[in-house]
Order: sequence, then structure tokens, then C-alpha cells
Amino acid sequence: MPPESPPVAAPAPDASAPSPPLQPGLLELFLAFAKMSLAGFGGVLVWARRSIVEQHRWMTAEEFNETFALCHFLPGPNIVNLSVVFGSRFRGIAGGLAAFAGLVGPPMVIATVLAALYARYGDIDILRRTLAGVACAAVGLLFAVVLKMMMPLLKRRDVTGLIILAAVFVAIGLIRWPLQIVLVVAIPLSIATTVLARRMVKA
Amino acid sequence: MSSESSPIAALVWTFGLMSLFAVGGANSAISEMHRAAVDVHHWLTDKQFADVFAISQLSPGPNVLIVTLIGYSVAGVGGALAATVAMCGPTALLAYYVSRFLDRSRDARWPAIIQAALVPLSIGLMAASGLIVAQTSDQSWIAVLITIVAAALAFATRINPLWMLLAGGLLGFAGVV
Repeated sequence: MPPESPPVAAPAPDASAPSPPLQPGLLELFLAFAKMSLAGFGGVLVWARRSIVEQHRWMTAEEFNETFALCHFLPGPNIVNLSVVFGSRFRGIAGGLAAFAGLVGPPMVIATVLAALYARYGDIDILRRTLAGVACAAVGLLFAVVLKMMMPLLKRRDVTGLIILAAVFVAIGLIRWPLQIVLVVAIPLSIATTVLARRMVKA
Repeated sequence: MSSESSPIAALVWTFGLMSLFAVGGANSAISEMHRAAVDVHHWLTDKQFADVFAISQLSPGPNVLIVTLIGYSVAGVGGALAATVAMCGPTALLAYYVSRFLDRSRDARWPAIIQAALVPLSIGLMAASGLIVAQTSDQSWIAVLITIVAAALAFATRINPLWMLLAGGLLGFAGVV
């Protein structure tokens, strides 16, 4: 995802835009998001792109990137934000709700069943051992995402970015300060240094 | 904050607020979920939290569904539903209004700057999340090795991560971890 890409939206559907070739209905939105969600082990984004851009052609790749960029800078689960923004772009609030329900509903049922099984059998030794093994690998996957996201910062030699990254890591991971307090300090600081850095590049 | 009488209310308050502070998505918020669920409210033990994290990674759907599992262990099906809606609702509403606002204003400068500024924060949060779960899950040198190998494979190859989770589970099942 290009960090510079402006999250400008595609032409609003109510402005009788000619560009989007297909207008998904509510059921179609629900089913499409349910499908990509159930296919998405360890991340739904890849499937979302495949379904929306390649399979259904509801958006061009650029439109998808711009929409995702917007959802990435907002707080909360990115893909959940994407479903709401995407659905509402085509069918208003009802469309947003349909896409959201498709994305979250079916896997939530599965997660609830798994939670019930865990509550019942979680004390069994074999299950405990197995889950412990899964957790080790799952943590590794998380660190891989961290590494992948760090690469652009390392390549750019973005020292201030790396310092902020390290400071947040220490404050949350080691000192265990509450998230809100850390962010109230870190967000303004990071925005200020980003603006400063861009001015210095321009000058 | 922790004095709510009903556990559902505590879940809604905790995750509803967290939703708006979850910069960088669900994986970044895992450290804060651990703080809330294990340290503050004592809903789960360390081991249970690591288990719930493992289950959420094993099951399909967005990673945020770890809150469904936490909610269930606090207050059953109602808790699962309440936690999920609380974690997704506020930010989804915000996304809806912001996207409509941007559709009209088209001033793309600030979103791009804020987004660039948030990238290092969300990476730092995600790394902290990894560390916090690893402190529970990686108790032996073999466990640490599994984490390192999974990280290296996921970083350098395009192998489906589900295989690494299954391999980790098999090793655990075999009693190696």
C-alpha cells in the first residue's frame, strides 16, 4: 500500500456516477463478505482484494487501495472499517450493515462455538499442550508482520519513526502503561515529526 | 472503571473504548486486551489468554474476533456478542462518517500525514503485543525456536500461515513444546 496515496473516495454513488460497472445488492454484499471472511485464515485483506477487485470488479485496484488507506488510518479493526465503508458506498447505511454482518457474523458464530468448546475442554492436558504449540507459531506470525512493516522504515532510514516505534514498544510492552495514555502523547508527537520531516524534504 | 456491577457492561465499556484507540488494527490492540483482561479485570489467566490468542488465529475471519472469545469466557454467548459489537461498532461508525466527509471535502493532505504518522506507532504496538503473548507461550527453548522459525518462514516465504499454526499445534500435541 503506497503511504502517499490519498484516501480520496471514488465518485459517490448517489451522484449518478457512471464508473462502477456493477452495483451489488444487499444480499450480494453480505454473501461476498461472508465468503472472504470465512476464507481468511490469519487475515482477510488478501481475500477482500481478490473478491472486490478481481472477482466482482466492484472497485479498481486504485479505488481499493484508497479505501483501504482510509480504513488503515482510522482506529479499530481495518477490515471491519473497510466492510462498512465499502458497503455504505454502494447501498448507504443498509449496505454498510450488510457487509459488516457478512464479515463478522459467520466467523463470530464459529468463534463462539470454539469458545464454548474451550470453556468445556480447555483443561484437558492434550488440548492445552496443542494450543500452547499453536500460540508459539501464532506469535511468530505476528513478529513476521512486524518485520515486514518495519522494512520500509529501515530502507528509508527513518530514524525518528524507528525511535517512536521503539518508545511505544517499551512503554506498552515492557513498562505496561495503558494504551490511551501512551497514544495521547505519541500521536501528536508522531504527527509533528512527520509534518516537520515533510517540510524539511520540501525545503 | 472496574466497578461496574454487570460483566457485560464492563465488556462493553472496555472494548468500546479500546475500539477507538486501536491504532493499526486488532493485532496492535492485543497488548491492551491482555492488560484489560488479565491485569485489570482478571477475566483470564496468562495461559488462558495465550490459548484464546491461539484459537483466534486458528479460526477464520478477522483477527478482531479474539474479543468474541474473551467475551464468551466472561459472560457466555451474550458476552461474546457484546464484546464483538463493542469492539467493532464505534470505529465502524467513525469510519462511515469520516469516509462520507472525505467524499465531500476531498482534502487528502491530512489523512495521508496522519496515516504516515501512525505507521510507526502501530508497528510498535504490534511488537509489544507479540512480546506479551510470547512471555506466556514461549516458556521453553523449543517454544522460542518454533516462534523464530514461524516468523522467519512467514517473513521470507509465501507459505500459507495456517500450515505453521498446524505444525506448532502438532509439536505441542506431541509434547515437544
